[in-house]
Amino acid sequence: MATTAAPAPINTPAGTSYAPGEATGIWSWLTTVDHKRIGTLYLWTALTFFIVAGIEAFIIRLQLMKPNNQLVSAEMYNQLFTMHGTTMVFLVIMPLSAAFFNYLIPLQIGARDVAFPRLNAFSYWVYLFGGIFMTVPIFFNVAPNGGWFGYAPLTTMQFSGGLNIDFWVIGLQILGVSSLAAAFNFITTIINMRAPGMSLMRMPIFTWMSFVVQFLLILAFPAITIALFFLQFDRFFGTQFYEIAAGADPLLWQHLFWVFGHPEVYILILPAFGLASEILPTFSKKPLFGYNVMVYSGIMIGFLGFGVWAHHMFAVGMGATADTIFAMATLLIGIPTGVKIFNWVATMWGGNIRFTVAMKFAISLVALFTIGGISGVMHSSPPTDLQQTDTYFIVAHFHYVLFGGSIMGIMGGIYFYYPKIFGRYMSEKLGNWHFWSFFVGMNMTFFPMHYAGMLGMPRRIYTYDIGQGWEQFNLWSTVGALLQGVGLICFVYNFVKSRKRGEVAPNDAWGAGTLEWSIPSPPPDYNFAKIPYVTSRYPLWDIKQPEMTAELTHTAPDAGVIADAHAVPMHEETQYYTAKSLGIPMPFPTIKPFFAALFMVLMMAGLVFIHLDLFWVAIFVMIGSGAAFVGSLYGWLTSPLE
Amino acid sequence: MSDHNAAAHDHVEHPTWKQYKWVGFWLLVITAIEVWVYYTPFKESKLFAPTLLLMSAVKFGVVVFYYMHLKYDHPLFKRLFAMGLGIAICTMFALLFLFGALKIGG
Amino acid sequence: MATADTPAGHEGHHEHVHYTSTGLENRKIAIWALIGSECMLFASLISTYLIYKGRSKVGPFPHEWSCKTSNVVGKTAELVAGCAPADVLKPILDIPVTSQSTFVLLMSSLAMVLALAAVENKGHPLPAGAGWWDRCLASSKFWLMATAVMGATFIGYQSYEFTSFVHEGLTIKTNLFGSSFFTLTGFHGAHVSVGVLWLLTLFAIDVKRGLKGKNDVLLVDICALYWHFVDVVWIAIFTLIYLIQ
Ligand SMILES: [Cu+2]
Repeated sequence: MATTAAPAPINTPAGTSYAPGEATGIWSWLTTVDHKRIGTLYLWTALTFFIVAGIEAFIIRLQLMKPNNQLVSAEMYNQLFTMHGTTMVFLVIMPLSAAFFNYLIPLQIGARDVAFPRLNAFSYWVYLFGGIFMTVPIFFNVAPNGGWFGYAPLTTMQFSGGLNIDFWVIGLQILGVSSLAAAFNFITTIINMRAPGMSLMRMPIFTWMSFVVQFLLILAFPAITIALFFLQFDRFFGTQFYEIAAGADPLLWQHLFWVFGHPEVYILILPAFGLASEILPTFSKKPLFGYNVMVYSGIMIGFLGFGVWAHHMFAVGMGATADTIFAMATLLIGIPTGVKIFNWVATMWGGNIRFTVAMKFAISLVALFTIGGISGVMHSSPPTDLQQTDTYFIVAHFHYVLFGGSIMGIMGGIYFYYPKIFGRYMSEKLGNWHFWSFFVGMNMTFFPMHYAGMLGMPRRIYTYDIGQGWEQFNLWSTVGALLQGVGLICFVYNFVKSRKRGEVAPNDAWGAGTLEWSIPSPPPDYNFAKIPYVTSRYPLWDIKQPEMTAELTHTAPDAGVIADAHAVPMHEETQYYTAKSLGIPMPFPTIKPFFAALFMVLMMAGLVFIHLDLFWVAIFVMIGSGAAFVGSLYGWLTSPLE
Repeated sequence: MSDHNAAAHDHVEHPTWKQYKWVGFWLLVITAIEVWVYYTPFKESKLFAPTLLLMSAVKFGVVVFYYMHLKYDHPLFKRLFAMGLGIAICTMFALLFLFGALKIGG
Repeated sequence: MATADTPAGHEGHHEHVHYTSTGLENRKIAIWALIGSECMLFASLISTYLIYKGRSKVGPFPHEWSCKTSNVVGKTAELVAGCAPADVLKPILDIPVTSQSTFVLLMSSLAMVLALAAVENKGHPLPAGAGWWDRCLASSKFWLMATAVMGATFIGYQSYEFTSFVHEGLTIKTNLFGSSFFTLTGFHGAHVSVGVLWLLTLFAIDVKRGLKGKNDVLLVDICALYWHFVDVVWIAIFTLIYLIQ
């Protein structure tokens, strides 16, 4: 960067939802490689799928509201609960986390973009197309209907003919590509793109938890990829992986699925933990309590998460040895998780707490996740699990951890980071309506399920007879779901409205201490005009409220490193410039990742035509779009980035 | 991880033909022994499988450390690979035990 | 940020070095992460093969077998022509042929490191009195092509193997052995094929503009890492699937 004449700032009215000087219009979004825009796209898309999954859940609750209800058919009910689970896991919570990975990781570590900006765009488009591919069939009554876990042999052709499961198998393969590509990108970004002085043990906890999640993704997804390939081959090419008559083992799918499935639950919860770990210190006006332990327990949770998968399978009779080992490993995970809970509580202890909406969501995460965690510890014991498995008790458990944990944490994250992303605050008043109806509604929905489950109400039944003592619990659950619906409407209204009419937010919307708050809201396309060098965990508090970080270690990186990165001391940036006037090379916008994603998805989706008895169409679509995919890939890789 | 590793900026000296040819030679010799053993009565021995596994582990290690330069490159790469390989091998053994394809004590 | 995604065939190397936290190249970190992930992919495949080993109800089987050893005696005899319960049939896995293809793949790894060394040493003048071998060692084109050809030869061996299995009555649909064997080795073969395409692309770039400089060394390096990984996977498969019964 040549230091010639000082660049002139762009003067614009504050509170725009784009950084001034940026291109707008649909083409700019299709060709964007900016991590912030891609993050925003993830956010909008995942929230749309959230509404879809919410409607599915609401129909499920209406159907179960009273005994012998006939609102939807049994077949439609199967599609609804399968798509609710699949959508929430793969199309809502993971991508909402991905929205924050995209938006926050480069800002939190002081980088100007991710390591591979175009790969990042590719991940998003694959996710979007894969999501559409999975979601549309429900409108034609051919949605996946085998549960989000897709147990084979139930999902083989013999028991699940028709296209339903085909959409699920292929859809998950597509979404796997998206998650894997993003994971390699973020691993590289976090390892290699940190500002000088941003050592690993100075990274914000959100970045740390995201880092752990990326490793879980790259190591867990291959197992389900292979399990899905087997199922795909069984369904389309007549292999016998899940063919019991040919000697196949009915547990093969279950094991491979849960080798992926258990790390997956940490993929869903750790980013929310990370967000809570940003929100709680900010609104308690204290550095996070036990930062190191927080990091190590996150790593520990991730690592142990690979050794506990069979606790989902106690009921299949693996034998006493296997049951014991997996039960003990599962109990062990309770320790690092409990450590995190206590650290959050200790962070708030003695703090100067501000009860903003974001803070309320973060605190409710701590409380609700603890409830879900405790019921989880209950069924980590095989004898207890045998009573609870496949009942509503389990449904209650995982909704406390995934709704009470992940969704509440992510909602807190949205209220917290909205001012950074859109330059304006969300309304606290509507936010409070949202929070309380979610909080009360979710407890009203899911707490009674513990009782229904203990009374033996099985999961996945589309209706039930009177006189089993389940009626009032189900009615409460449905009323709670209604309340959550009200909360969702408040949220959506608030989210959409505040973009134009919210109160204008400054740089540092909440008085937080990490790097992302030191630059304008919304951040300019180049993020940091001058890369700061970081001397402690809360660099912004260092310059604005030094008394808060007095006890933390401060060390500056050596002069050579600072010069190497053209870094300057920690500072606030409040003006917008153009990247050009600052001499910062920006990656070119390009449509190639979009086309690469589109053709790859078409190539994978073309297989469906085989089951429509259109063999040659399938061949044509697959080979044609396969060639187009390789072509776009070559075009992409041979054109310059910036 | 050692941050801002100035040394990593310098080019890491990779081995040359002189070492590479020996690595290749040993890979071939070990493979030849593996195949030869397959045709000897040793095949029926209880030690056959462990011996073969050991030999292929040596081949695996030689390729990874010399041809993939793990011995010379930044330790970060070693960690990335060891993590994936370690979890993969543990998962594989666990699965084999769970399905009764392996049993303690043969 | 930038050298990160820098393109393969792009002419002007912007050699202005971007600062990175570790001083390492982004793409090299990513490829190692990918390799770590691939370990898990092949572990799942190999586990499934080993779990299903000996569980097939009908032949052909991988190793020495007779119709008697099969679980469903009656059915087997019909399936494989000329199978009488007393006969001991030869194993379907052809060790001599597979040993040859293994040999070829191992040697391709040697060629690959020499290709990388040749690109790394571009610009160093040959020693005085350099013979034909020194000149050969300095030719990245030669070694890239040699690696690709050996990879293609391996694929040729695999096609031969697959075809002869089908002739002996083993397809991907026949039994659990067929399903898991063809899927496992097929996945490996697909990886080799991608590698061959990658090598040919590098060769084409080398012909077009010559591979040299730091960025090009990296291009060849990440391809080499991928190639060697595919090779070590084969080392594991050869022992676990072919040699150990
Ligand atoms: Cu689990």
